[in-house]
Amino acid sequence: MIEYVESKETIARRIARIFGTGDVVNLGIGLPTLVGNFVPGDVTVVLQSENGLIGLGPAPAPGQADKDLTNAGAMPVTILPGGAFFDSATSFGIIRGGHVDYTVLGVLEVDQEGNLANYKIPGKMVPGMGGAMDLTTGSRIVIAATTHLEKSGASKLKRRCSLPLTAAGEVDIVVTDVGYFEVMGGKFHLTEYFPPYTPEWILAHTDADVVVHEGCKACEA
Amino acid sequence: MVSKPVISAAEAAAMVKPGQTVQVGGFLGCGSPDGIIAELVKAGARDLTLVCNDTAVLDEKNGRVTGVAPMVKARCFSRVIVSHIGTNPETQRQMNAGETDVVLVPQGTLAERVRAAGTGLGGVLTPTGVGTEVEQGKQKILVNNKIYLLEEALPGDVALLKARRADRAGNLVYSKTARNFNPLMATACKLVIAEVEEIVEIGELDPDQVHTPCIFVDYLVLAGKGASA
Repeated sequence: MIEYVESKETIARRIARIFGTGDVVNLGIGLPTLVGNFVPGDVTVVLQSENGLIGLGPAPAPGQADKDLTNAGAMPVTILPGGAFFDSATSFGIIRGGHVDYTVLGVLEVDQEGNLANYKIPGKMVPGMGGAMDLTTGSRIVIAATTHLEKSGASKLKRRCSLPLTAAGEVDIVVTDVGYFEVMGGKFHLTEYFPPYTPEWILAHTDADVVVHEGCKACEA
Repeated sequence: MVSKPVISAAEAAAMVKPGQTVQVGGFLGCGSPDGIIAELVKAGARDLTLVCNDTAVLDEKNGRVTGVAPMVKARCFSRVIVSHIGTNPETQRQMNAGETDVVLVPQGTLAERVRAAGTGLGGVLTPTGVGTEVEQGKQKILVNNKIYLLEEALPGDVALLKARRADRAGNLVYSKTARNFNPLMATACKLVIAEVEEIVEIGELDPDQVHTPCIFVDYLVLAGKGASA
Protein backbone atom coordinates (compact mmCIF):
# COMPACT_ATOMS: atom_id res chain seq x y z
CA MET A 1 0.00 0.00 0.00
CA ILE A 2 1.56 3.24 -1.15
CA GLU A 3 0.26 6.40 0.46
CA TYR A 4 0.33 9.53 -1.68
CA VAL A 5 2.21 12.43 -0.07
CA GLU A 6 2.25 15.65 -2.03
CA SER A 7 5.79 16.86 -2.81
CA LYS A 8 6.31 20.05 -4.74
CA GLU A 9 10.04 19.76 -4.20
CA THR A 10 10.11 16.44 -6.09
CA ILE A 11 8.46 18.15 -9.08
CA ALA A 12 10.78 21.16 -8.96
CA ARG A 13 13.91 18.99 -8.63
CA ARG A 14 13.03 16.84 -11.63
CA ILE A 15 12.10 19.75 -13.89
CA ALA A 16 15.31 21.56 -12.96
CA ARG A 17 17.32 18.67 -14.47
CA ILE A 18 15.63 19.02 -17.88
CA PHE A 19 17.49 22.17 -18.88
CA GLY A 20 20.89 22.58 -20.49
CA THR A 21 23.34 25.44 -20.36
CA GLY A 22 22.18 28.40 -22.44
CA ASP A 23 18.51 27.45 -22.45
CA VAL A 24 16.12 30.36 -22.09
CA VAL A 25 13.53 29.44 -19.47
CA ASN A 26 10.39 31.15 -18.17
CA LEU A 27 9.14 29.94 -14.79
CA GLY A 28 5.54 30.67 -13.84
CA ILE A 29 4.36 31.88 -10.47
CA GLY A 30 4.05 29.44 -7.55
CA LEU A 31 5.32 25.88 -7.89
CA PRO A 32 7.24 26.60 -11.14
CA THR A 33 9.23 29.34 -9.39
CA LEU A 34 10.67 26.65 -7.06
CA VAL A 35 12.38 25.05 -10.05
CA GLY A 36 14.95 27.85 -10.05
CA ASN A 37 16.27 26.65 -6.67
CA PHE A 38 17.28 23.22 -8.02
CA VAL A 39 19.09 23.88 -11.31
CA PRO A 40 22.35 21.88 -11.07
CA GLY A 41 25.46 23.94 -10.38
CA ASP A 42 27.13 23.01 -13.67
CA VAL A 43 24.17 24.23 -15.77
CA THR A 44 23.62 27.91 -16.53
CA VAL A 45 20.14 28.74 -17.76
CA VAL A 46 18.93 32.19 -18.78
CA LEU A 47 15.75 32.98 -16.89
CA GLN A 48 13.26 35.23 -18.67
CA SER A 49 10.54 37.05 -16.75
CA GLU A 50 7.64 38.33 -18.85
CA ASN A 51 7.44 41.65 -17.01
CA GLY A 52 10.59 42.61 -18.87
CA LEU A 53 13.94 41.03 -18.17
CA ILE A 54 16.34 38.22 -18.96
CA GLY A 55 18.98 37.22 -16.46
CA LEU A 56 16.63 36.95 -13.51
CA GLY A 57 18.62 36.54 -10.31
CA PRO A 58 17.72 35.44 -6.78
CA ALA A 59 15.76 37.44 -4.24
CA PRO A 60 17.72 40.42 -2.89
CA ALA A 61 19.33 40.40 0.56
CA PRO A 62 17.08 41.80 3.29
CA GLY A 63 16.82 45.56 2.95
CA GLN A 64 18.20 45.52 -0.61
CA ALA A 65 14.89 45.35 -2.51
CA ASP A 66 14.56 47.78 -5.43
CA LYS A 67 10.98 49.02 -6.02
CA ASP A 68 11.67 49.04 -9.78
CA LEU A 69 12.94 45.45 -9.98
CA THR A 70 10.37 42.69 -9.53
CA ASN A 71 9.44 39.39 -11.09
CA ALA A 72 6.08 38.67 -12.75
CA GLY A 73 4.62 37.94 -9.31
CA ALA A 74 5.59 41.40 -8.03
CA MET A 75 8.23 39.96 -5.70
CA PRO A 76 11.57 41.77 -5.41
CA VAL A 77 14.30 40.09 -7.44
CA THR A 78 17.80 40.86 -8.72
CA ILE A 79 19.31 40.81 -12.19
CA LEU A 80 22.49 38.88 -12.95
CA PRO A 81 25.50 40.45 -14.68
CA GLY A 82 24.81 40.34 -18.42
CA GLY A 83 21.05 40.61 -17.95
CA ALA A 84 18.82 43.06 -19.80
CA PHE A 85 15.54 44.91 -19.37
CA PHE A 86 12.93 45.52 -22.08
CA ASP A 87 9.32 46.61 -22.57
CA SER A 88 6.30 44.30 -22.66
CA ALA A 89 6.10 44.19 -26.48
CA THR A 90 9.72 43.02 -26.69
CA SER A 91 9.14 40.61 -23.83
CA PHE A 92 6.25 38.95 -25.62
CA GLY A 93 8.08 39.16 -28.91
CA ILE A 94 10.71 36.98 -27.24
CA ILE A 95 7.98 34.64 -25.98
CA ARG A 96 5.74 34.37 -29.06
CA GLY A 97 8.71 34.50 -31.39
CA GLY A 98 10.00 31.13 -30.25
CA HIS A 99 13.03 32.50 -28.38
CA VAL A 100 12.06 30.86 -25.09
CA ASP A 101 13.15 27.20 -24.95
CA TYR A 102 11.10 26.09 -21.96
CA THR A 103 8.12 27.48 -20.13
CA VAL A 104 7.04 25.88 -16.87
CA LEU A 105 3.46 26.47 -15.76
CA GLY A 106 1.22 25.41 -12.94
CA VAL A 107 -2.14 23.88 -13.87
CA LEU A 108 -5.66 23.41 -12.67
CA GLU A 109 -6.08 20.63 -15.20
CA VAL A 110 -3.93 19.13 -17.93
CA ASP A 111 -5.17 16.51 -20.38
CA GLN A 112 -3.83 13.77 -22.62
CA GLU A 113 -4.32 15.93 -25.73
CA GLY A 114 -1.85 18.47 -24.33
CA ASN A 115 -4.56 20.93 -23.33
CA LEU A 116 -3.97 22.97 -20.21
CA ALA A 117 -6.39 24.96 -18.04
CA ASN A 118 -5.11 27.34 -15.38
CA TYR A 119 -6.75 30.77 -15.66
CA LYS A 120 -10.42 30.49 -14.92
CA ILE A 121 -12.99 28.55 -12.91
CA PRO A 122 -16.21 30.08 -14.25
CA GLY A 123 -18.33 31.64 -11.52
CA LYS A 124 -15.71 30.93 -8.86
CA MET A 125 -12.24 32.19 -9.49
CA VAL A 126 -11.03 34.15 -12.48
CA PRO A 127 -7.42 35.27 -12.02
CA GLY A 128 -6.92 35.83 -15.74
CA MET A 129 -4.42 34.37 -18.15
CA GLY A 130 -1.68 36.98 -17.74
CA GLY A 131 1.10 35.84 -20.03
CA ALA A 132 0.27 32.12 -19.93
CA MET A 133 -1.48 31.92 -23.30
CA ASP A 134 1.43 33.58 -25.10
CA LEU A 135 3.96 31.45 -23.20
CA THR A 136 2.26 28.18 -24.11
CA THR A 137 1.77 29.26 -27.72
CA GLY A 138 5.28 30.52 -28.30
CA SER A 139 7.69 28.52 -26.17
CA ARG A 140 9.56 25.67 -27.82
CA ILE A 141 8.70 23.20 -25.05
CA VAL A 142 5.83 23.58 -22.59
CA ILE A 143 6.19 21.84 -19.23
CA ALA A 144 3.20 21.48 -16.92
CA ALA A 145 4.18 21.22 -13.25
CA THR A 146 1.55 19.77 -10.96
CA THR A 147 0.95 17.61 -7.96
CA HIS A 148 -0.45 14.32 -9.20
CA LEU A 149 -3.61 14.38 -7.12
CA GLU A 150 -5.85 17.11 -5.82
CA LYS A 151 -6.46 17.42 -2.08
CA SER A 152 -9.71 15.52 -2.76
CA GLY A 153 -7.73 12.66 -4.27
CA ALA A 154 -8.88 13.41 -7.82
CA SER A 155 -6.37 13.09 -10.65
CA LYS A 156 -5.04 16.40 -12.00
CA LEU A 157 -4.24 14.61 -15.25
CA LYS A 158 -7.43 14.29 -17.28
CA ARG A 159 -8.71 12.69 -20.43
CA ARG A 160 -10.20 16.03 -21.35
CA CYS A 161 -10.02 19.36 -19.53
CA SER A 162 -13.41 20.59 -18.35
CA LEU A 163 -12.29 24.15 -17.54
CA PRO A 164 -11.73 26.90 -20.13
CA LEU A 165 -8.41 26.24 -21.85
CA THR A 166 -5.30 28.34 -21.48
CA ALA A 167 -3.61 26.34 -24.22
CA ALA A 168 -4.95 23.98 -26.86
CA GLY A 169 -2.65 21.03 -27.54
CA GLU A 170 0.53 22.85 -26.49
CA VAL A 171 1.77 20.80 -23.50
CA ASP A 172 4.81 18.60 -24.22
CA ILE A 173 5.85 17.35 -20.79
CA VAL A 174 4.02 16.88 -17.50
CA VAL A 175 6.03 16.38 -14.31
CA THR A 176 4.16 15.43 -11.16
CA ASP A 177 5.37 14.18 -7.82
CA VAL A 178 4.95 10.56 -8.95
CA GLY A 179 6.41 10.58 -12.45
CA TYR A 180 7.49 12.17 -15.70
CA PHE A 181 5.09 12.06 -18.65
CA GLU A 182 5.47 12.99 -22.29
CA VAL A 183 2.32 13.96 -24.15
CA MET A 184 2.21 12.21 -27.51
CA GLY A 185 -0.52 10.95 -29.83
CA GLY A 186 -3.34 11.77 -27.41
CA LYS A 187 -1.85 9.87 -24.47
CA PHE A 188 0.39 10.42 -21.48
CA HIS A 189 3.56 8.38 -21.89
CA LEU A 190 5.15 7.55 -18.54
CA THR A 191 8.91 7.58 -19.02
CA GLU A 192 10.02 7.79 -15.38
CA TYR A 193 8.41 6.96 -12.08
CA PHE A 194 9.53 8.21 -8.71
CA PRO A 195 9.66 5.51 -5.98
CA PRO A 196 7.91 4.60 -3.77
CA TYR A 197 5.34 5.03 -6.56
CA THR A 198 5.21 2.33 -9.23
CA PRO A 199 3.81 2.29 -12.77
CA GLU A 200 0.92 0.18 -11.45
CA TRP A 201 0.09 2.76 -8.78
CA ILE A 202 0.29 5.54 -11.37
CA LEU A 203 -2.02 3.72 -13.80
CA ALA A 204 -4.51 3.20 -10.99
CA HIS A 205 -4.40 6.84 -9.86
CA THR A 206 -4.52 8.67 -13.19
CA ASP A 207 -7.86 9.44 -14.76
CA ALA A 208 -6.49 9.41 -18.31
CA ASP A 209 -4.90 7.12 -20.87
CA VAL A 210 -1.36 6.42 -19.70
CA VAL A 211 1.11 4.34 -21.65
CA VAL A 212 4.06 2.95 -19.71
CA HIS A 213 6.76 3.86 -22.15
CA GLU A 214 9.29 1.29 -23.31
CA GLY A 215 12.33 1.83 -21.13
CA CYS A 216 10.33 3.53 -18.40
CA LYS A 217 12.57 3.57 -15.34
CA ALA A 218 12.61 4.33 -11.66
CA CYS A 219 14.22 7.65 -11.04
CA GLU A 220 15.27 9.65 -8.02
CA ALA A 221 13.70 13.03 -8.62
CA MET B 1 13.51 71.41 -28.29
CA VAL B 2 10.22 72.68 -26.93
CA SER B 3 9.81 72.35 -23.15
CA LYS B 4 6.75 70.49 -21.89
CA PRO B 5 4.62 71.93 -19.11
CA VAL B 6 5.31 70.52 -15.65
CA ILE B 7 1.97 70.21 -13.88
CA SER B 8 0.80 68.88 -10.53
CA ALA B 9 -0.64 65.42 -10.09
CA ALA B 10 -3.99 67.06 -9.29
CA GLU B 11 -3.89 69.06 -12.53
CA ALA B 12 -3.11 65.86 -14.40
CA ALA B 13 -6.04 64.10 -12.76
CA ALA B 14 -8.35 66.97 -13.73
CA MET B 15 -7.55 66.36 -17.41
CA VAL B 16 -9.15 62.90 -17.25
CA LYS B 17 -12.86 63.10 -18.10
CA PRO B 18 -15.69 60.64 -17.40
CA GLY B 19 -16.19 58.12 -20.17
CA GLN B 20 -12.59 58.25 -21.33
CA THR B 21 -10.24 55.33 -21.87
CA VAL B 22 -7.11 55.64 -19.76
CA GLN B 23 -4.04 53.54 -20.38
CA VAL B 24 -2.00 53.20 -17.21
CA GLY B 25 1.55 51.85 -17.14
CA GLY B 26 2.66 49.33 -14.55
CA PHE B 27 2.95 45.62 -13.86
CA LEU B 28 1.23 44.76 -10.57
CA GLY B 29 1.95 48.35 -9.63
CA CYS B 30 5.65 48.37 -10.53
CA GLY B 31 5.98 51.36 -12.86
CA SER B 32 2.61 52.99 -12.20
CA PRO B 33 2.09 56.75 -11.69
CA ASP B 34 1.04 56.55 -8.04
CA GLY B 35 0.76 60.31 -7.52
CA ILE B 36 -1.70 60.82 -10.39
CA ILE B 37 -3.64 57.70 -9.34
CA ALA B 38 -4.03 59.08 -5.80
CA GLU B 39 -5.36 62.37 -7.20
CA LEU B 40 -7.83 60.60 -9.49
CA VAL B 41 -9.20 58.76 -6.46
CA LYS B 42 -9.39 62.02 -4.51
CA ALA B 43 -11.16 63.75 -7.42
CA GLY B 44 -13.78 61.00 -7.55
CA ALA B 45 -13.02 59.93 -11.13
CA ARG B 46 -15.93 57.95 -12.63
CA ASP B 47 -16.98 55.83 -15.57
CA LEU B 48 -13.49 55.32 -16.99
CA THR B 49 -12.28 52.43 -19.10
CA LEU B 50 -8.93 51.11 -17.90
CA VAL B 51 -6.32 49.59 -20.15
CA CYS B 52 -3.52 48.18 -18.01
CA ASN B 53 -1.58 44.96 -17.66
CA ASP B 54 -3.55 44.07 -14.52
CA THR B 55 -5.59 45.59 -11.71
CA ALA B 56 -2.55 45.49 -9.40
CA VAL B 57 -2.40 44.29 -5.81
CA LEU B 58 -5.14 44.94 -3.27
CA ASP B 59 -4.13 43.16 -0.08
CA GLU B 60 -5.25 45.46 2.70
CA LYS B 61 -4.74 42.83 5.37
CA ASN B 62 -1.00 42.95 4.73
CA GLY B 63 -0.98 46.66 3.94
CA ARG B 64 -0.12 46.08 0.29
CA VAL B 65 -2.04 48.25 -2.16
CA THR B 66 -0.28 49.03 -5.45
CA GLY B 67 -0.77 50.70 -8.82
CA VAL B 68 -4.35 51.18 -10.01
CA ALA B 69 -5.81 49.12 -7.13
CA PRO B 70 -7.02 52.26 -5.22
CA MET B 71 -8.93 53.35 -8.35
CA VAL B 72 -10.57 49.95 -8.63
CA LYS B 73 -11.59 50.15 -4.99
CA ALA B 74 -12.94 53.70 -5.46
CA ARG B 75 -15.07 52.47 -8.40
CA CYS B 76 -13.41 54.75 -10.95
CA PHE B 77 -13.79 52.17 -13.72
CA SER B 78 -16.89 50.88 -15.45
CA ARG B 79 -14.73 48.68 -17.66
CA VAL B 80 -11.25 47.19 -17.32
CA ILE B 81 -9.26 45.66 -20.17
CA VAL B 82 -6.39 43.74 -18.56
CA SER B 83 -4.56 40.41 -18.64
CA HIS B 84 -4.79 39.56 -14.95
CA ILE B 85 -6.99 40.36 -11.93
CA GLY B 86 -5.85 37.57 -9.61
CA THR B 87 -4.15 39.82 -7.06
CA ASN B 88 -7.07 42.22 -6.68
CA PRO B 89 -10.09 40.48 -5.15
CA GLU B 90 -12.14 43.68 -5.45
CA THR B 91 -11.99 43.49 -9.25
CA GLN B 92 -13.28 39.97 -9.04
CA ARG B 93 -16.05 41.02 -6.67
CA GLN B 94 -17.15 43.87 -8.97
CA MET B 95 -17.07 41.52 -11.94
CA ASN B 96 -19.19 38.87 -10.22
CA ALA B 97 -21.63 41.55 -8.98
CA GLY B 98 -22.01 42.90 -12.50
CA GLU B 99 -20.67 46.31 -11.43
CA THR B 100 -17.62 46.37 -13.65
CA ASP B 101 -17.13 44.90 -17.10
CA VAL B 102 -13.90 42.89 -17.07
CA VAL B 103 -12.29 42.02 -20.40
CA LEU B 104 -9.36 39.62 -20.11
CA VAL B 105 -6.76 39.82 -22.86
CA PRO B 106 -3.60 37.69 -23.11
CA GLN B 107 -0.70 39.84 -22.00
CA GLY B 108 1.28 39.67 -25.22
CA THR B 109 -1.84 40.42 -27.23
CA LEU B 110 -2.60 43.41 -25.01
CA ALA B 111 0.93 44.74 -25.56
CA GLU B 112 0.65 44.31 -29.32
CA ARG B 113 -2.83 45.88 -29.51
CA VAL B 114 -1.53 48.96 -27.70
CA ARG B 115 1.58 49.03 -29.84
CA ALA B 116 -0.52 48.69 -33.01
CA ALA B 117 -2.66 51.66 -31.96
CA GLY B 118 0.43 53.78 -31.53
CA THR B 119 2.13 52.76 -34.73
CA GLY B 120 -0.62 53.18 -37.30
CA LEU B 121 -1.62 49.54 -37.57
CA GLY B 122 -5.21 48.32 -37.65
CA GLY B 123 -4.27 45.35 -35.52
CA VAL B 124 -2.03 42.33 -35.41
CA LEU B 125 -2.24 38.65 -36.31
CA THR B 126 -1.32 36.42 -33.38
CA PRO B 127 -1.52 32.66 -32.80
CA THR B 128 -2.14 33.31 -29.09
CA GLY B 129 -5.62 32.26 -28.01
CA VAL B 130 -6.44 29.96 -30.94
CA GLY B 131 -8.50 27.05 -29.59
CA THR B 132 -9.50 28.97 -26.44
CA GLU B 133 -12.35 31.28 -25.41
CA VAL B 134 -10.17 34.18 -26.55
CA GLU B 135 -10.89 33.34 -30.20
CA GLN B 136 -14.64 33.88 -29.78
CA GLY B 137 -15.99 36.58 -32.08
CA LYS B 138 -12.66 37.14 -33.77
CA GLN B 139 -11.69 36.78 -37.37
CA LYS B 140 -9.35 33.85 -38.03
CA ILE B 141 -6.85 34.30 -40.82
CA LEU B 142 -4.76 31.55 -42.40
CA VAL B 143 -1.21 32.62 -43.28
CA ASN B 144 1.21 30.01 -44.63
CA ASN B 145 -0.99 27.24 -43.21
CA LYS B 146 -1.03 28.61 -39.69
CA ILE B 147 -4.13 30.06 -38.04
CA TYR B 148 -3.94 33.51 -36.50
CA LEU B 149 -6.46 35.70 -34.73
CA LEU B 150 -6.99 39.26 -35.90
CA GLU B 151 -6.59 41.36 -32.78
CA GLU B 152 -7.54 44.97 -33.30
CA ALA B 153 -5.56 48.03 -32.25
CA LEU B 154 -6.46 49.40 -28.83
CA PRO B 155 -6.06 53.18 -28.62
CA GLY B 156 -6.72 55.34 -25.57
CA ASP B 157 -7.68 58.89 -24.70
CA VAL B 158 -5.15 59.46 -21.94
CA ALA B 159 -1.91 57.66 -21.11
CA LEU B 160 -0.76 57.90 -17.50
CA LEU B 161 2.84 56.82 -17.35
CA LYS B 162 5.66 56.45 -14.85
CA ALA B 163 9.29 57.05 -15.76
CA ARG B 164 12.48 57.33 -13.74
CA ARG B 165 13.74 60.48 -15.43
CA ALA B 166 12.68 63.05 -18.00
CA ASP B 167 14.31 66.06 -19.53
CA ARG B 168 12.26 69.24 -19.90
CA ALA B 169 11.51 68.31 -23.52
CA GLY B 170 9.71 65.19 -22.29
CA ASN B 171 12.21 62.54 -23.31
CA LEU B 172 11.72 59.62 -20.93
CA VAL B 173 14.02 57.03 -19.37
CA TYR B 174 12.43 54.17 -17.47
CA SER B 175 13.93 52.10 -14.69
CA LYS B 176 14.38 48.33 -14.83
CA THR B 177 11.11 46.34 -14.84
CA ALA B 178 9.13 49.54 -14.20
CA ARG B 179 9.29 50.01 -17.99
CA ASN B 180 6.76 47.30 -19.02
CA PHE B 181 3.76 48.85 -20.86
CA ASN B 182 4.78 52.49 -20.37
CA PRO B 183 6.64 53.08 -23.67
CA LEU B 184 3.86 51.37 -25.65
CA MET B 185 1.09 53.43 -24.07
CA ALA B 186 3.10 56.61 -24.69
CA THR B 187 2.45 56.09 -28.40
CA ALA B 188 -1.19 55.00 -28.27
CA CYS B 189 -3.11 57.86 -26.61
CA LYS B 190 -4.21 61.36 -27.60
CA LEU B 191 -2.98 62.89 -24.34
CA VAL B 192 0.15 61.58 -22.64
CA ILE B 193 1.13 62.51 -19.08
CA ALA B 194 4.28 61.12 -17.49
CA GLU B 195 4.95 61.12 -13.76
CA VAL B 196 8.71 61.13 -13.27
CA GLU B 197 11.07 61.01 -10.32
CA GLU B 198 13.48 63.54 -11.73
CA ILE B 199 13.45 66.27 -14.38
CA VAL B 200 16.75 67.32 -15.91
CA GLU B 201 17.60 70.08 -18.40
CA ILE B 202 17.41 69.57 -22.14
CA GLY B 203 20.69 68.10 -23.33
CA GLU B 204 21.41 66.22 -20.11
CA LEU B 205 19.97 62.90 -21.32
CA ASP B 206 22.14 60.86 -23.66
CA PRO B 207 19.98 60.55 -26.83
CA ASP B 208 21.17 56.96 -27.13
CA GLN B 209 19.60 56.14 -23.76
CA VAL B 210 16.15 57.69 -24.33
CA HIS B 211 13.37 55.05 -24.21
CA THR B 212 10.41 57.28 -25.19
CA PRO B 213 11.18 60.20 -27.51
CA CYS B 214 9.79 63.57 -26.36
CA ILE B 215 7.32 63.99 -29.23
CA PHE B 216 5.02 61.44 -27.58
CA VAL B 217 4.79 63.27 -24.25
CA ASP B 218 2.48 66.23 -23.52
CA TYR B 219 2.87 66.90 -19.79
CA LEU B 220 5.24 66.02 -16.98
CA VAL B 221 4.41 65.53 -13.32
CA LEU B 222 7.18 65.43 -10.73
CA ALA B 223 6.54 62.44 -8.46
CA GLY B 224 6.20 63.02 -4.75
CA LYS B 225 5.04 66.61 -5.17
CA GLY B 226 1.39 65.77 -4.48
CA ALA B 227 -1.28 68.29 -5.43
CA SER B 228 0.89 71.39 -5.28
CA ALA B 229 3.82 70.83 -7.62
